Amino acid sequence: MDLDAKIPDGPIAQKWTQHKDAIRLVGPRNRPHYRVIVVGTGLAGASAASSMAAMGYQVECFCFQDSPRRAHSIAAQGGINASKNYRNDGDSTFRLFSDTQKGGDYRSREANVWRLAELSTAIIDQAVAQGVPFAREYGGMLANRSFGGVLVERTFYCRGETGQQLLLGANSALAREIGAGHVKMHTRTEFLDLVVADGRARGIVVRDLVTGAISSYAADAVVLASGGYTNVFNLSTNARGCNVTATWRAHKRGAGFANPCYVQIHPTGIPAAGEHQSKLTLMSESLRNDARIWVPKQKHDTRAPGEIPEAERYYYLEERYPRFGNLVPRDVASRNAKDVCDAGLGVGPTGFGVYLDFRDAIAENGIETIDERYGNIFDMYNRITAEDPRETPMRIYPAPHYAMGGLWVDYDLMTTLPGLFAIGEANFSDHGANRLGASSMMQCLADGYFVLPITIGDYLSRHPYGEMDTSHAAFGDTEREVGERISKLLSTTGTKPVDAFHRELGSLMMDECGITRNEAGLRNAIEKIPELRERFWREVRVPGSGASFNQSLEQAGRLADFLEFAELMCHDALDRDESCGCHFREEHQTEDGETLRNDEDFAHVSVWEHNAVGTEPTLHKEPLEFEALPLAQRNYKT
Amino acid sequence: MKFSLEVWRQPAGDAAGTFTSYEVDEISPDSSFLEMLDILNERLTESGGEPIAFDSDCREGICGMCSLVIDGQAHGPQRATTTCQLYMRQFDDGAQITIEPFRSGAFPVVRDLVVDRSAFDRILRAGGYVTVHSGPKPDPNDIPVEPEVAEKAIDAACCIGCGACVAACPNGAAMLYTAAKVSHLALLPQGQPERFARVQRMTEQMQKEGFGSCRNYGECEAQCPKAISIDFIGRMNRDLLRAKVTQPIDFRGDMKTQ
Repeated sequence: MDLDAKIPDGPIAQKWTQHKDAIRLVGPRNRPHYRVIVVGTGLAGASAASSMAAMGYQVECFCFQDSPRRAHSIAAQGGINASKNYRNDGDSTFRLFSDTQKGGDYRSREANVWRLAELSTAIIDQAVAQGVPFAREYGGMLANRSFGGVLVERTFYCRGETGQQLLLGANSALAREIGAGHVKMHTRTEFLDLVVADGRARGIVVRDLVTGAISSYAADAVVLASGGYTNVFNLSTNARGCNVTATWRAHKRGAGFANPCYVQIHPTGIPAAGEHQSKLTLMSESLRNDARIWVPKQKHDTRAPGEIPEAERYYYLEERYPRFGNLVPRDVASRNAKDVCDAGLGVGPTGFGVYLDFRDAIAENGIETIDERYGNIFDMYNRITAEDPRETPMRIYPAPHYAMGGLWVDYDLMTTLPGLFAIGEANFSDHGANRLGASSMMQCLADGYFVLPITIGDYLSRHPYGEMDTSHAAFGDTEREVGERISKLLSTTGTKPVDAFHRELGSLMMDECGITRNEAGLRNAIEKIPELRERFWREVRVPGSGASFNQSLEQAGRLADFLEFAELMCHDALDRDESCGCHFREEHQTEDGETLRNDEDFAHVSVWEHNAVGTEPTLHKEPLEFEALPLAQRNYKT
Repeated sequence: MKFSLEVWRQPAGDAAGTFTSYEVDEISPDSSFLEMLDILNERLTESGGEPIAFDSDCREGICGMCSLVIDGQAHGPQRATTTCQLYMRQFDDGAQITIEPFRSGAFPVVRDLVVDRSAFDRILRAGGYVTVHSGPKPDPNDIPVEPEVAEKAIDAACCIGCGACVAACPNGAAMLYTAAKVSHLALLPQGQPERFARVQRMTEQMQKEGFGSCRNYGECEAQCPKAISIDFIGRMNRDLLRAKVTQPIDFRGDMKTQ
C-alpha cells in the first residue's frame, strides 16, 4: 500500500501556497466535461459539491435523507474556530495549529493541520457572504466565545445552532447549483458500493430507497463525504442514519483505513435513561464555559443536588486541573467523569452521571445573560428530562460523538485508491487522536470549500474525461454483488429485529473499546464480534421486499457493515499499545492517570489494508514528523 | 405506560391506505414518541409483521426529518417541539393516539407515515441563496450588522424545513416556510442585491408546487416546532409588493457578456 502523503516541501507556512501554485489544474473549458460524484451532503459534501459545480464540473450528489439539508452536520451546536484574533488575545495561525496538534496529542500530520488553521479565517468570510447569521456584538462586529482546550476566544457561533446555520449556508449554495443544473441531486439514494477498475475508482452503485432499484453511476472521480462511524456504539450523538457503509465498502475495495480506534467520547451528553433509548443527546460543550462540574463527595449519595452543601461537593476538574478547570479537553473531561462514576460518586438513576451546575454563573451574571447564551439548550434538556437546568443542575455523562479515524488520505485528500477522495469526518484527517471543540465544522468546510476543489484538479487533469461508462464489466459485477448481498439479507430466516443486534454490538464496543481500553478486553471483543456477526446473519429477520421502501433492509445493511468494521476498530486499538488523546489504554498511564504516549514506537498513522472478513487485516504505517512543533507531553494541569 | 394507537398504513404512494390499531404496553414515560414507535416496530418484526415506516434521523429536533401528525397536530400536542423531542410523559396512561403522515397535496405519501417533501427543496432552489462562489471574501467586520438584525435573521433561519406549517394549515400553504427563507436573507446586508428577485422567484415556485394560499389562520405558527412567527409572512408580503411595484422581474436579462 503506497502511503506517500505527498507533503509539499518548504517551510510549513508556505506549503499550501506553494502546492497550489505547483499542482496541475483543469481549465474552465474542460471542467464541464469532467464528472465528479459526491456522496453525502453535510458540511463537507455540500460545500465540495457546490464549489466544484460553480467551477464548472458536472457533479452528481447523493444523500440517503429526503433532502440534502438534513445531513447530520446540521446538529453541530457550539461553534466554529477561526484564528481571526478579533479579541486581540494573541491568536494566530500558529496558535490554532499548535492547539490542534497538541489537542490531537501529536498524532496528526503537521502539514494538514497547518493548512486547516491557515484556511480557518476564510471559512468565516465565506459563510458570512452566504448570509450565515453569526452572533454579533453591539457594535455590529462578530462575537466570539471560548471553547475547551484553548486559551484564546476564537469560536464563532449562531446561538447553539451553528452547525444548522453553516449547513444551511452550504446547502443554499448547493441548491443554487442544483437549480442551475450544475449538480444533479439524488435524495433518498444510498451508496452501496464503489466500482473499481484498473486500480482506480470509477463510480458507485446505489439503491433508490423509495423504489428499491439498484443502479450505477460512472464518474471521473468519486468523493466520499459520508461522515463518521460512531454509531458502531449504537448509542451515540450521531443521527440514527449515520453509518460506516460508504467508507467500509471503499475500504473493502482497497482504500486504506486509518486510525479506526480514535473515537471521541464527548463529555457532555445527557445520560441514557433506559434500554428504549435510541440516541444520546449532546449538550453543547460551550456550557462548560459557565457551568461547574461536580459530584457528591460521599459515595452513592441520594440527596437532591440542592441539599448537598458546598463542602460536600467534589469539583473534580477544578481540583485536578487548576489552570483549565472545567475547560480541559474533551477526552480528559470524559475520562474523569467515568473515573468518578466508577468510584461510586456518580449521580442520577443509573449512577452514570455528573452534575453540570449553573448556580454560580446565574448568581454572577444574572439569569437573563445565561438564558441568552444557553436558553435553547436548557429548553432542550428540559424537554428530554423534565428538569430545568435553571433550577437544578444538569446531569451529564460521556457520549460517543466523533470519529477521528477514517479513510487514509494524502495531502490532496485522495485515498490510497486513485480517484477516490475522502473529506470531512470520513477521512482520518487533521484531528489526530482527539478533536478539539469547534474544529469539526472547520475541517469539513476547509476540505469542501477550499482544498478539494483545487486538489481534485491535479488528479483529473492527468486522465482523459469520460474514460469509462457504466457499460464496463466492473459496474455489472459490482451491481450483482450488491444485489446478492441484499437478497441474502432478505432471505434470513430468523425472528430478531436489527436493533437488538445493534444494541448488543454497541454495549460490547462501549465496554471493551470505549472510554478506556485494555488488552484483555480488546481480545475478548475480537473473539466475540465474529460470533455476534454470525448470529446476526442467522437470527435476524428483515421483513419486506427489496423492491420497495424498506427501512428494515436499510438498517440491516448498515449494521452488517458495522459488524465487520467493529473488528477492525478493536484490532487497531489492540495494536496501538500506548495511550494517546481519546485512545486510553489502561496499561499506559502516568502516575496521576493521564495518557502516556509512546512516541518511540507509535508516532505513526496506522493504516489498515483489508484482506477478507474474519481474517486479520494488514497494518501499514505512515510515520509522523514533527518539525514546526516539537513533540511534548500534553499538560493541562499547570 | 400503555397506549392504543391508530396508525395510518399505506404500502406505497399509489396504494390505498387505512388506519390500523395497535396496542403497546410497558412503555417508559421517559421514552420519546419515536422510541415508542421503535419498540412497536421491534415487536411487529418479532411477531412476523411489517414495521411501520416513518422518517427520523437526528432525533434531537434539528434535522427536520420527523414528520408525524399526532392527534390532529403536526408534531403532536407539545408546543415548539418536534416529534422526536416529544416524550410519552406528555400523554395519559392508556390514551388513544392517532398517528398520520403530514397531509398535503404537495407532500405525496411515500409509505405509511413517510411523505415526499421535495417541493420545499425546489422552492429553495428557485432563489433561497446569495449568489457567491467559494473563494476570498471581504472580512465580515467590514460590514457591521446590528445584533438585533442578526438575531431576527436567526429567528427566521432556524426553520428546520420539516413541513409542519403545511401540515397544520387548513389550506396546505407553505407561506411560513417560504417567508422564513426569504426573510432570513432579506434582513441581512448580504442578501440585499438579490432581495426582490428572490422573493418573486420563490413565491412563484411555491405556487407551482401546488401549495394553498394563506388565509391568516395562524395554525402554522402555533404548530411550528421552532415557533417561527407569522410576522415573517407579513414581511415577505411587503417585499413581494415592493418587488412587483418597483422592481423589474429580472434585470439580469440585460446583462451583456463582456
